[in-house]
Amino acid sequence: MTTTTPSSGKQSSDGDSRLLKLGAVGGDFLDQRLSGAGFVKFFARKVFPDHWSFMFGEMALYSFVILLISGTFLTMFFDPSMEEVVYNGPYTALQGATVSRAFESTMEIAFEVKGGLLFRQMHHWAALVFMVAIFVHMFRVFFTGAFRKPRELNWLIGFSLMVLGMVAGFSGYSLPDDVLSGNGLRVVDGLMKSIPIVGTYLSMLLFGGEFPGTDIIPRLFTIHILLVPAAILGLIAIHLVLVVVHKHTQYAGPGRTNRNVVGHPVLPVFGAKAGGFFFLVFGIITFISATTSINAMWIYGPYDPSPVSAGSQPDWYMLWTDGGLRLIPGWEFTIFGYVISLNMLIPMAIYGGLLAVLALWPFIESWVTGDEREHHLADKPYNAPVRTAFGVAWIVTYLILALAATNDLIAIALQLSINDLTWLFRIAFFVAPVLAFYITKRLCLSMQRHKRDLALHGRETSRIVRTGSGDMIEIHEPLSEYERWELVAHDDYRPLKAGKGVSSLRAKATSFFFKDRIEPVTPAELREALEHAGHEKHVVDEATGGDYRTPAEKAVH
Amino acid sequence: MNTNTDGSSPSRVSTLAPKEGGGFPNPGLPPHSPRQADISEPAEKRAERLVAFLFLLSVAGTVVFIAAYFLVTPLDTNIFAEEGTPRALWWSNLVTGLGLAIAVFFIGAAAVHWAKTLMPDQEWVEERHDIRGSDETRKIAAEMITGGLAETGIGRRPVMVTAMVAALAALPIAVLAPLSTLGPLPGNKLHHTFWGHNPGQRLARDHDGTPIKLSDVAMNSIFHVMPEGLTHETPHHLEERAKAAAVIVRIDPRLGQNEESMSMGVQGVLAFSKICTHVGCPVALYEQQTHHMLCPCHQSTFDVTDGAKVIFGPAHRPLPQLPIEVDAEGYLVAPGDFTEPIGPSFWNIHKDK
Repeated sequence: MTTTTPSSGKQSSDGDSRLLKLGAVGGDFLDQRLSGAGFVKFFARKVFPDHWSFMFGEMALYSFVILLISGTFLTMFFDPSMEEVVYNGPYTALQGATVSRAFESTMEIAFEVKGGLLFRQMHHWAALVFMVAIFVHMFRVFFTGAFRKPRELNWLIGFSLMVLGMVAGFSGYSLPDDVLSGNGLRVVDGLMKSIPIVGTYLSMLLFGGEFPGTDIIPRLFTIHILLVPAAILGLIAIHLVLVVVHKHTQYAGPGRTNRNVVGHPVLPVFGAKAGGFFFLVFGIITFISATTSINAMWIYGPYDPSPVSAGSQPDWYMLWTDGGLRLIPGWEFTIFGYVISLNMLIPMAIYGGLLAVLALWPFIESWVTGDEREHHLADKPYNAPVRTAFGVAWIVTYLILALAATNDLIAIALQLSINDLTWLFRIAFFVAPVLAFYITKRLCLSMQRHKRDLALHGRETSRIVRTGSGDMIEIHEPLSEYERWELVAHDDYRPLKAGKGVSSLRAKATSFFFKDRIEPVTPAELREALEHAGHEKHVVDEATGGDYRTPAEKAVH
Repeated sequence: MNTNTDGSSPSRVSTLAPKEGGGFPNPGLPPHSPRQADISEPAEKRAERLVAFLFLLSVAGTVVFIAAYFLVTPLDTNIFAEEGTPRALWWSNLVTGLGLAIAVFFIGAAAVHWAKTLMPDQEWVEERHDIRGSDETRKIAAEMITGGLAETGIGRRPVMVTAMVAALAALPIAVLAPLSTLGPLPGNKLHHTFWGHNPGQRLARDHDGTPIKLSDVAMNSIFHVMPEGLTHETPHHLEERAKAAAVIVRIDPRLGQNEESMSMGVQGVLAFSKICTHVGCPVALYEQQTHHMLCPCHQSTFDVTDGAKVIFGPAHRPLPQLPIEVDAEGYLVAPGDFTEPIGPSFWNIHKDK
C-alpha cells in the first residue's frame, strides 16, 4: 500500500509519551491474543473521503444504534401479550377500560416508568430518522452513480436494508395494540386475503386464526426484536465490510482520480468526526423526543375492531403503501365464481414494481452503457441527465402515493372535496412523473451547458467595458486550474447504432439515455477560448489602461 | 480492472465517448492553506478551551439527567408539578430528555470541533487496488475449487449426486409442516358471523350493549351496533366483534332506490355491515344529508339509499346488509346473518361450503 502522508510538524510531548507506554502494554496483550497489530496496521490510518453528502449513511447507522439502545430499554417493561386486563393506571380517561396487556404495558412505559416516555419517544423518533436517513443516503448513492461497478451488490444490500427498515417500523408500531396500529394490521389482513388461492390461508397462519386473534402481537414482537434486527445487523456488517473492500467513492476534483482515495485517516480525524457525529445524532433525536410528542396511543385507545377515526395515517415511510389503496378504483371481478380483487392486487404490483426497478437500476444502467470499468469517482447528478431525471420521477411517484395517503388531511386543511382530490392524485400519478422526468432532464442539460461556458470563459464579473469602437465587452475572471478541472473531468457517453454486437433494443435504450448530450470541453476548445480571452483582454486593457475599477471605485481610493 | 479507455470489453460495446485529445491532465491536489489554529497560538489555545468547555457542558447534562431521573418523575417526587398529574409527566420527559440531549450532543460537538480545528487537516492520498484478484490468485482459486470438487467425485458419481439433490430439494418442504401449525385452515369461518350462528339476536348499542327499540331510531340517525349476546365473556369476542360490527341508519323510505334492500329493513331502518369490503376498516362516517357512508381509511363511499352500493373509492362490493325485524317488545332483531360474507373480498368468498 502506498499512502502519501503529510508530515506532522508537531513534536510529541511528555503527556503523549506516557500515553504511548500505556498503549504499548495493552497493545502487546491484545496483539498476542487477537493479532490486533495487523488489524490496526490495516485499518487505523485508512483514508476516508469527506463530503457532507456522505453523512446520511452514517446517520442511518447511528439512528439504528439508538434504536437498539432505546429498544432494549423498552423490552424490559413491554409485555407482548394480548391477554385482556382492566386498565387501572394513572391515565384517568381509560381507567376501567378493557385493554390488552400489550396496551397496558405500553401505558405503563409512557405514564409510570421513570424515563419511559422519553425512551419510547426516542425509539419512535429514531425510527423515523432512520428511514429518512436511509432514503436520503440511497438517493445520494443513486444520483452520484455510486451504485456502479464494483458496488452493485452493495446497492442490493442497501436496498434490502431499506425494505427491512420498513418491516421493522411496521412491526414496531403495531405492538402497542392501539386503535391506529390495529387498523394498520387490519389493512394487512385485507391485503393478504385478496391474494388469489392462498390469501385466506396466509391470513389465518399469520394471525393464528381469524383476525385479530391473540397471537399476532407476540409474533410481531419476535419479528420486531429478534428476526428483523438480526437481519439488519448482519446486512449492515456486510454493507460496511464492502465499503472497506471497495473503499469509499469520492467526487472528482484536483488530485482525485479513479485510482486513489483522498481524505482523512480513521485515526484521528475521520474517527473523531464520525464518532462525534454519532453523539450529535443521538443528541438531536433526544432533543426532539424531549420536546415533541409522538404516537400518543392513549388518545387512540385500545384496539377494538369497531372504531376508527378519520385522519388515520401510518408512519411516513409506510404512507406510500396506503396511497395506492386510496387511489385505485373499485375494480374487482369474478371468474368461475372466484374473486380477483384488482383493487388490491394492482396497488401491490405497483409497489413491487417501484421497488424492483430501483433494486435493478445498476444492472439496467450497466446493460445500457456496456461500461465495465470500475467507478470510484462519484458523478455530479447533472452530468447524468437521464439517470437523474429517472430518480426524480421515481421520487415524485413515491411522493404522489405518500401524499395520496394523506388526502383526507389535505382535503380538510385546504377545504377541498376529497373526491376531487383523489381524482387529482389519480391523474398526477401518471402525469407528474413524466413532467418531472422531462423538467429534470432539461435542467440537467442546462446546467451542463452553463458549466461548459464557465469552464471555457470563466466567471462573469458584471463589469462591462466599452471600447473605442463602441463594442461592449464583459470582463471574465478566469477559473483556476483546480476549479476548471472539476468541470472538465467527467466522462461523456454517446448513443450507439444497432449492429456490430449492439441489439436494436440496446441501441434504442442508448439513444433514450444519451441522445441529448452536452459534450464536455476538449483541450483544443479550451486553448481556443483562452486565445480568444487573451485577445479580448488586450482590447479591454487598451480601453481601460489595465485598471478594471469602475469610476465610482476610483473616486473612493 | 478493466483499463480500456472506452470501458468496453471484448464482448460488449460501450457507450463511453473517447476523450478528444486524451482529455485534460489532472492538476493534482491544490496547495494547502493553513487554518487559524495552525498559525496562531492564541487561536489554538482558544480552540482547545472551547473543546474542553463543550466536554464539560456534556458533564453538566449528565448531572441534570441523573438528577431529573429521581427528582422530576411522573409518579413520585416531582419538583415542578404535582405528582401523578399530566404536568408531572410532561416535566419529567422534558427535563430528563434535555439533560440527556445535552450530555450526548456536546460530546459530539466537542469531538467534531477538536477534529476540525486542532487535528491535522491536510488530506492523505491512498492508492486503490483492483477489486479482482490477480490472474495468479484467480488461477489458484480455480484450481482449488476444481481440485476440491474432483476429490468429492461429484462429476463421476451421478446416482449419488442425484440423491443429494433430491434430499436437499425435499428438506425445505419439511418447513411447510411447522408453518401449517401457525394457524387453523380458513374453512368457512370467514363466511359467517355471530349473527348467523345465533339467529334472533337483538341489535345492541356498541358502546354500552343496551338493545335498541325501533322507536329509539330517529330519522337520519346512525347507531353502531353489535349483537346483544356478544359480550366480553363470549369466546373469541374480538374476532366475533371484527365480523359482527354493524350500523343501523334510518332514512325516509321514500328515498329508497333499492326495493330489495328496503324490504330487509323496517320502516326505513336499515342495518349494514360496518366492515369495509375493501380492506376491512370500520366504515365509521355517515353523512346525514346525502345518506352516504364513508370509510375513513381509503374513502370508499357507500350509498345506503341504494343497498350500500359503492359510489366512490376503492371498494367494489356493497356493504353486506343485515336483514332486521321488530320483536314483540319493539326491539330490533336480526333473524339471521348478513346477506353475504362481510369484509374484504377473498378468493372463494362466493363459495360457502
